[in-house]
Amino acid sequence: MKISTYLKGLGLIAVAMVLQACADSSGIPVRYEATLTNLTNDQPISPVAVVLHRPGYAGWSAGVAVSAGLELLAEGGDNSIFLNEAAASNQVVDTASAAGAIAPGSSDSLTLSSFGFAGLQLTLAGMLVNTNDAFSGVTGASLASLAPGQMLTMNLHAYDAGTEANSETAATIPGPAGGGEGFNAVRNDRDTVAIHPGVVTMGDGLATSALSQSHRFDQPVARLTVTRLN
Amino acid sequence: MRKTLISFTMILGLLIASPGFAQQLDVRVTNLTNAIYFTPLLASAHPAGTHIFQPGTAASANLQAMAEGGDISGLVTDLQAVAADIVQDPAGGFLAPGVSAVTMMSTTAGNTHLSIAGMLLPTNDGFVGIETLEIPTAPGTYTYYLNAYDAGTEANDEIITGGGMPGVPGIPADPGMNSGMGGTGAAMNDANTTVHIHRGVLGDSNLGGGVSDLDSTVHRWLNPVAELTIIVN
Repeated sequence: MKISTYLKGLGLIAVAMVLQACADSSGIPVRYEATLTNLTNDQPISPVAVVLHRPGYAGWSAGVAVSAGLELLAEGGDNSIFLNEAAASNQVVDTASAAGAIAPGSSDSLTLSSFGFAGLQLTLAGMLVNTNDAFSGVTGASLASLAPGQMLTMNLHAYDAGTEANSETAATIPGPAGGGEGFNAVRNDRDTVAIHPGVVTMGDGLATSALSQSHRFDQPVARLTVTRLN
Repeated sequence: MRKTLISFTMILGLLIASPGFAQQLDVRVTNLTNAIYFTPLLASAHPAGTHIFQPGTAASANLQAMAEGGDISGLVTDLQAVAADIVQDPAGGFLAPGVSAVTMMSTTAGNTHLSIAGMLLPTNDGFVGIETLEIPTAPGTYTYYLNAYDAGTEANDEIITGGGMPGVPGIPADPGMNSGMGGTGAAMNDANTTVHIHRGVLGDSNLGGGVSDLDSTVHRWLNPVAELTIIVN
């Protein structure tokens, strides 16, 4: 009797401690919703990878060769190795993958969470599938200033992974315009990340291109909004 | 009594400095393109929840009228309905490449966000714009770069037909007189029928035929297509 009362008391203390923890911002995860809108005319974006991380992680760096994971994502639209690489970093707090491709004019949302948010950053990447190795995204976008309920919006560039020559031939375009090979381990371009120069297309005189004028794009190619939910 | 009056004055001062209240702005838009004209621009300060267009969303009929024919009257009506502060046609007609339009705007309380739009000529349904930009409140000079959008409502056939009414194919005109004729049509449809970033004009090098009436070396552009400067006084 005495013991059970004592245990009940302990239970109440435990409940009180949990409530205390909930009131503390470090006790419940802070959730962020990332929404990507595809602003191109005719470039579906492959299932995006989203990474919530501290400043010691970067998905890529301009002028530097991409990881094997980003090469696979940018050439073939497969984000699995990119996400594995992220998960292996002690700087990464959460990762997520979109369920499917995002069609032009469409949007997709993913929710990620973190127990700490000092210096928190977001990285996102998805392939423009009717290209050789173009991807859109952002790496190291700071979420540190976001208060609960606040939202930030940014326009995203198209990058060229630099791992595959921009031949535009059907055999090398994995998207519906080509139906060709996606990933190939050979790196036959300059092997550094750059802003994408755009596609030439058959419509603009490249006879061997599988792309039409419809697949052309200008910057920016997507819009990202990140909302801190709590 | 005097003390109360002072407090009241102090509170009034704080209220005037807060972002929800009236502002005096100088607004300048510069056309950064090589040979694309802007039709009479619409600039407006309005509440945060107002959108004259939204990327990834189908254009309203009034946005379509602006983007296909340069007619801003429908958008003006929409904005009047939310008691927006509106400036129409600050350039007094077309805004030519390399030229700036300057206007003063007095915003009323609650009109905290700025939107600007004007059609790009010669295009089928391209427009320069910025939507629902939060107007800075601290005095200073602020610069933004504006992109070219495609309203997603008309195929980019790039044929100059004079057609500017909503739903009528073709480009109304080329104010710069750099275009050709006899094009067979650069595109039959838009793959993305929502408002999106314009993929640019294709053009060709045949002013008497080819697929496009536009000149690929003259009418070409890359974003950004305009510079916006806001001076908060």
